[in-house]
Amino acid sequence: MLKINNLHANINGKEILKGIDLTVRAGEVHAIMGPNGSGKSTLSAVLTGNPAYEVTDGSVEFCGKDLLALSPEDRAHEGLFLSFQYPVEIPGVSMVNFMRAAINEQRKYRGEEPMSATEFLKLMREKRAIVELDNKLASRSVNEGFSGGEKKRNEIFQMAMLEPKLSILDETDSGLDIDALRIVAEGVNKLKTENNAIIVITHYQRLLDYIAPNFVHVLYKGRIVKSGGQALALDLEKRGYDWIKEEMGEM
Amino acid sequence: MQEAIRQYIDLYKTQRDVIESHSAPVLNALRAQALTAAEENGLPSRKDERYNHTDIEALYAPDYGLNLNRIALPTSAHEGFRCDVPNLTSQLYFLVGDCFRAPEKMRPLPEGIIAGSLCEIARRQPDLVARYYGKIADMTKDGTVALNTLLAQDGFFLYIPSHTVLERPIQLINLIGGNIPTMNNRRILIVADEGAQAKILVCDHSEETGINHLITQVTEIWAGKDSVIDYYNLEENLPETRRVTSTYVHQEEGSNVLVNGITLRNGITRDNYHISLDGAHAETQLCGMAIADGEEQVDISTFIDHRAAYCHSNELFKFVLNDRSQGAFAGRILVRPGAQKTEAYQSNKNLCASDEAHIYTKPQLEIYADDVKCSHGATVGQLDQQALFYMRTRGISEAEARMLLMFAFMSDVIDHVRLDALKERLRQLVERRFRGELSTCKQCNIHIKP
Repeated sequence: MLKINNLHANINGKEILKGIDLTVRAGEVHAIMGPNGSGKSTLSAVLTGNPAYEVTDGSVEFCGKDLLALSPEDRAHEGLFLSFQYPVEIPGVSMVNFMRAAINEQRKYRGEEPMSATEFLKLMREKRAIVELDNKLASRSVNEGFSGGEKKRNEIFQMAMLEPKLSILDETDSGLDIDALRIVAEGVNKLKTENNAIIVITHYQRLLDYIAPNFVHVLYKGRIVKSGGQALALDLEKRGYDWIKEEMGEM
Repeated sequence: MQEAIRQYIDLYKTQRDVIESHSAPVLNALRAQALTAAEENGLPSRKDERYNHTDIEALYAPDYGLNLNRIALPTSAHEGFRCDVPNLTSQLYFLVGDCFRAPEKMRPLPEGIIAGSLCEIARRQPDLVARYYGKIADMTKDGTVALNTLLAQDGFFLYIPSHTVLERPIQLINLIGGNIPTMNNRRILIVADEGAQAKILVCDHSEETGINHLITQVTEIWAGKDSVIDYYNLEENLPETRRVTSTYVHQEEGSNVLVNGITLRNGITRDNYHISLDGAHAETQLCGMAIADGEEQVDISTFIDHRAAYCHSNELFKFVLNDRSQGAFAGRILVRPGAQKTEAYQSNKNLCASDEAHIYTKPQLEIYADDVKCSHGATVGQLDQQALFYMRTRGISEAEARMLLMFAFMSDVIDHVRLDALKERLRQLVERRFRGELSTCKQCNIHIKP
């Protein structure tokens, strides 16, 4: 599904990603862990096409297409989704109008008719239940005045609405209390199928207790320096990142 | 004297009889004074601080034609203008060019309401009109007002007697067209007696001809004690149209006035607002929006004069500028000595959605009373890049995302509209405007034939 090959990327001329290689297949859950500043969020920004970042080398293939050649909106239409670490507030744009625009543009891309208002509201209702998102939030402006936990639930709600093939969850666990974490994780698990895949970017093991990864990768200084199974995440939780640095010959 | 104004002064001097015979004595009575003011002051130049962003002389310089003989343009306004605002059952009046056109269909209005041609009513009831006409529009301070007073022959008049509530909105449609450049001078006079209530919607439309037209409009609103008046002016012209308006409001004790000026499209617009809170406990909502692209210009100047205690004013103007368009806002609030317990708030927010758009904003607050609450704020920003990216990652195209953000930016001005049907209509019109779709009302089909 996703094939990242020797990916290099800069922001403001500073190289952050220094040769990422990663392959994700349908049905898999990958966790990417690593200390602050290792490039985790940059990777998600580059994959979704954030114009602030510049790709200097390498390639990304997504479902047989050259991902880097697509606009951010077309990447979404092809089935890529990012749950933002810091979801953006958009005052004045209601969740309903926002979601309707997103759904209908996706349908247009696929050559389908726009969804009727009744169908759309029914879909909203259905998907809202997955993350226990209050109807009141759905009628407000996008993320405006939402608590940290509500914002993250809103991200997973959007994921449920758009049914992406590949979802990147960027620090979705940060700022969540235990209950919110459970709701978000259960929501993600409900959306997980054999045909889609998830990349979980996280600092901590605790989200992985709920969303079990098939693979765990350690990102450090812009490269994946170690890969393993779920045991690797437990190891990191116990021992921190210093031993990785040692292995790298830095300590 | 400036060439731009000389041609109109000469025109007046040679055509005085024609102008006056096609108008009313009440309007004619002010022309001598207007002539003196026009000759002495001329048109405001760019050196005049109030006008440094709009070249008024250039607007008046072309050799426009004036319909001094009041020749009725053959137009099917009534048939063509099926307008309008769905679910808004208004009483429609038309000014074609600047000539009044009797309404085809009169809906019953409450007893005592007087509405229609300013000229006709001034002939019929000179005492009533003379009491108010030209009394608050100060022609000595602004050459454009003097010139309008000198040349205007007609317009619209509305009188609501005391304690009468006019539920049905009054809608005045101004249609501009024809195949030669014309100057259209109109007056609007609205008088609400004690406890009277009315909602007035003034719509400007120009026909698609590629011809320059100049509109000048002077509006005077008398809000009597405890009266409630909504005054909306919706401008939806063509990039070739130039418009200069001045709106004067006199508010007595306990009156409540909403003025909302909306420029959806025009070539060059200059709007002046002059609100005078003359009685205690009066309340004003002054708001407006301007959307401009291409080379369009919108210049808004407001003055709220707190002359009495316990008054509230709330002012909000927003601009969204694209391409190489230019906006200017100057808002002055004056709290006079003795106007204690005044609450006056002003906000001007602007969005420059392109690299080449310009906005000039100048909030001014002058306070000579010591127990007041006042604030002003002005912001200039660009589209939020983070929000744009966020929406694009959800599959919303960049164009659609921009539209949603620009529309969201304007939504609070629309929220100030107190007519639900108009509010709904405005949402559609503003959205369509931002989408770059046909800017005129869909149902409008105006045919002004040469």
